[in-house]
Amino acid sequence: MGKLVDRPEPDVMIQSYLPEVWNGMKRVSKHFFANLLMKKGYVTIQYPEQKIDYAPRFRGNHRLMHREDGTVRCVACFLCSTACPADCISIVAGETDNRDVEKAPVKFEIDHLRCIFCGFCEEACPCDAIRLDSGEHRVPAFTRKDEMSGKEDLLSRGGPSISKQGGEFK
Amino acid sequence: MDLTFLLMTLLKIVLICFVFAMILGAILTWGERKLSAVVQDRIGPNRASILGVTALGLMHPIADMLKAFTKEDFVPAGANRFLFAMAPMLAMVPPLVVFAVVPFGPGPDFVIAPLDTGVLFIFAIGGMGIYGATLGGWSSNNSFALLGSLRAAAQMISYEVSMGLNLVGIFMIFGTVSLSNIVLGQGQLLWGWLPMWGIVVQPVAFILFMTASMAENKRAPFDLPEGESEILGYNLEYSSMRFALFFLSEFVEIVVIAAMAATLFFGGWQIPWVDPQGTAGGWITVGQVAAFVGKVVFLCWVQLIIRWTLPRFRYDQVMALGWKYLLPLSLLNIVATAVVLAML
Ligand code: SF4
Ligand code: SF4
Repeated sequence: MGKLVDRPEPDVMIQSYLPEVWNGMKRVSKHFFANLLMKKGYVTIQYPEQKIDYAPRFRGNHRLMHREDGTVRCVACFLCSTACPADCISIVAGETDNRDVEKAPVKFEIDHLRCIFCGFCEEACPCDAIRLDSGEHRVPAFTRKDEMSGKEDLLSRGGPSISKQGGEFK
Repeated sequence: MDLTFLLMTLLKIVLICFVFAMILGAILTWGERKLSAVVQDRIGPNRASILGVTALGLMHPIADMLKAFTKEDFVPAGANRFLFAMAPMLAMVPPLVVFAVVPFGPGPDFVIAPLDTGVLFIFAIGGMGIYGATLGGWSSNNSFALLGSLRAAAQMISYEVSMGLNLVGIFMIFGTVSLSNIVLGQGQLLWGWLPMWGIVVQPVAFILFMTASMAENKRAPFDLPEGESEILGYNLEYSSMRFALFFLSEFVEIVVIAAMAATLFFGGWQIPWVDPQGTAGGWITVGQVAAFVGKVVFLCWVQLIIRWTLPRFRYDQVMALGWKYLLPLSLLNIVATAVVLAML
């Protein structure tokens, strides 16, 4: 047996509807005139000219981190693109001159129109190569092509990572 | 029919239908967005500008119109092209035609056609507004649009009944259906000091009339035929200027309702205690026309406020309100008016 909830019938004043309509109109007009005459109540932020700070835990766009010599930290292991639920990371692996690692990405592209900014790629990455902490808001674009971030774009936002890469193997 | 009369009539049509009604309607599209913003503590449209002049966002109607003109004019496959093209016009024309009998000032100079059957003419023409919504949804070969137009037809026919009955009390009191004479009648004084405006002698009818006519106009809280969240409405398949026509017709209808309510319940062009016969001429006449326009603007504002106050009804509630409450109440109002008139 479920619990019986006591639902009292609304009283005559509410059922007849008109007094409540009148109260509502009074409230709405109060806002109207108060805002019109004093212009204090507005909460609007005039966005492109006027910005507010994001919360400290805002992370923002992806970026690719650098090694000490400035090359890409990613080793093209495909873990991130496997983890990505939106299937929006496309990586092409290639040879690299660095003898420490086997591969490096030739192409590393994120389709921001498909990305849901879940951060799974960041969690999956074993090398701290991809991060979602650039603190930049995604910028709207006019074409779909502009919403694809390539390797250079992602690297340009990156920086050196403090985690040691490659372990002791030399 | 001499030429001056013809030219004068044409001039009046242009001035009243196109300058007054259309421009006020266009401004209302801005006013609605601005008002909704202001009552919700926002700023509202303020970006569109011509050479940097934004005029509080008043450039937005112009921007909207340019946008509507440059959009793709889409006709769905399987639509009845003739009716599909006709429906927006059928929605737009009747509200404009109604202005033919609305007196903007004293005497026959300030009305396009001083018909003796003014109010009946308004109902005859206003009833045609149903066709626009109904044909629009039906001809576009879309089940959701058809649902919307069915709702529109049922709702408008239901409320048309009580809308007409609400005014019977006014006819009984003033003994005429000519709008000019009703306005003249409202110039009388009750007990020597109270202007005998419709809202004073028929307050119940005024509330019922506003309710019924807002339902006629298919705007919130009666916007079921459009019902964005459920069926998207009879104008679902319309795009570009055809959609804009449907949209604009709604706003012109706000002006129509305001003009009718001002004429029937707020004394038309009467300024209380000033020149009730409208024979003075000169600046007083100018003031009377201004008074009428002011009343219309005020009633438009009231309608916008109501629209932003009330949430949408459920469809069965709309029907119940129309048939179970409004209709009996308007009949009761007629009986009560008759009894009072017989006793006096
Ligand atoms: S944030 Fe999520 S959706 Fe976006 S690329 Fe990373 S894993 Fe894919
Ligand atoms: S970003 Fe990280 S997870 Fe993705 S391929 Fe490169 S190393 Fe692997």
